[in-house]
Amino acid sequence: MIQFYNVSKIYPNGVKALNDVTVQIRKGEFVFLVGPSGAGKSSLIKIIFREEMPSRGQALFNSKNITRLKGREVPLLRRKIGMVFQDFRLLPQKTVFENVAFAMQVTGSSGRAIRDRVPLVLSQVGLKDKAGVMPSQLSGGEQQRVCIARAIVNNPVLIIADEPTGNLDPDTSWELMNLFNEINSKGTTILMATHARDIVNTMKKRVLSMTGGRITRDEESGVYSNES
Amino acid sequence: MFRNAWLSLASVGTVTISLLILGISLLLVMNAQAFTRSLESGVEIRLFLDSGLSRVDVRDMERELKKTPGIATVEFISREEALEEMKKNLGDRQDILEGLEEENPLPDAFRVKAEKADNVPALAAELEEMKGVDQINYGRGMVEKLLAVIKWVRLAGGGLIIVLGVAALLLISTTIRLSLFARRKEIGIMKYLGATNWFVRFPFLLEGMILGFTGAVIASAMIYLGYISLVNRLDEVLPFVTLVTDRDTLLVVIGGLLGLGVVVGILGSAFSIRKFLKV
Ligand SMILES: Nc1ncnc2c1ncn2[C@@H]1O[C@H](COP(=O)(O)OP(=O)(O)OP(=O)(O)O)[C@@H](O)[C@H]1O
Ligand SMILES: [Mg+2]
Repeated sequence: MIQFYNVSKIYPNGVKALNDVTVQIRKGEFVFLVGPSGAGKSSLIKIIFREEMPSRGQALFNSKNITRLKGREVPLLRRKIGMVFQDFRLLPQKTVFENVAFAMQVTGSSGRAIRDRVPLVLSQVGLKDKAGVMPSQLSGGEQQRVCIARAIVNNPVLIIADEPTGNLDPDTSWELMNLFNEINSKGTTILMATHARDIVNTMKKRVLSMTGGRITRDEESGVYSNES
Repeated sequence: MFRNAWLSLASVGTVTISLLILGISLLLVMNAQAFTRSLESGVEIRLFLDSGLSRVDVRDMERELKKTPGIATVEFISREEALEEMKKNLGDRQDILEGLEEENPLPDAFRVKAEKADNVPALAAELEEMKGVDQINYGRGMVEKLLAVIKWVRLAGGGLIIVLGVAALLLISTTIRLSLFARRKEIGIMKYLGATNWFVRFPFLLEGMILGFTGAVIASAMIYLGYISLVNRLDEVLPFVTLVTDRDTLLVVIGGLLGLGVVVGILGSAFSIRKFLKV
């Protein structure tokens, strides 16, 4: 599903965030992306949904070359990908329902489709009763559930999560991980950048470890780091 | 929308003022042109001929005049006719012309009408060079003055409109920029969610369009009402001055103003959006 061939990313300020990265992620996988701060995890993610362009190398999504997409094809790429961020990025003046519905409006869904689909997704993430609530009245974990609902509402083939539990306590993080696991078990590919050592070690998923812009380790059923 | 009330107001105001000036200059020029057109039928050039020309010479000249481009009509006025006309003009004081029939001092002449008043000065200069023409006479000054007025209105109006139009564009674009800035988070999220650029652009283009259109509506209303009352006023005070009042012409002016308002609004917001949407 995702293929990187010798991808390098050098930011205009000269920082080399990715250095000759070659990696493949298959459909249905659950992949953790770990590594110290500044290793280039977010940069790699940004290339997948074309927020950044690689400076060198090729990146493919569903066999399409991401780097060669025309401007008007970028939205179509992004509609196949659900994004979950550490800082949630919800619209504060919209209710939970409206925040999730927004993802469908943006892609031109009908009002009827939205009314049918959004409650379904909200109950899937366990927020059936919070549809009319403002994000500010929710706990961090609940807000992240809204983001997950928004990410899956358009049935994406891939969910990219950049440190989704970065702002949450361990118990809440685990609840969310179970939710991600559930979504993955239905066939959605998940790529998650994280610093949550315990979660990575316990879940026994594929782990890509990055250091200094390179992928230094790639293990099935891996752990957060090899040092004890 | 419209979270920045003062700037929105300033944008609408500038659009209003620029379109107001545009509308007024348009009406001024239109009226001046209508007035010249009515003068055109009146403005004539008199060609006084050398004495001692033969009938054949005169007929040749007439034929040549009729061939000259820019000339509408040519009429020969013999010295006898000219004297009669002069007598008529003098009315009961025509006795001072007594005895002139014997030795008529007036020359034969052609009365030439130009197709357009604009051409009269040039045409007159050209005709003065013609063989057999002694002197030339036309409403010198009057025509030039009128043409100068039209030119001046066009120039001054055009200059003002360009300056104000640019100001209106800038103000609208600033208003939209603030709007965009206030909603930058929302725009960012929209783009992550796969919104097309048009989906993102549309509300802001609409906002700019509404700003421009509102300004245009105010300007049009002011011009329409102002002009109608001016026409009525003039009818009472100066009944012989007639302004252009036909409905179609006024509708074209007002439709043009409304259209321009919308265009300025859309252009102004498009400027800001272009800069903002580069992701
Ligand atoms: N837009 C940018 N312009 C310039 N440099 C950048 C930009 N984004 C990231 N960088 C630099 O690129 C390097 C990699 O950053 P990146 O965000 O990919 O790291 P990360 O692995 O996600 O780190 P973290 O775990 O802290 O999120 C860093 O040195 C960072 O300073
Ligand atoms: Mg990061």
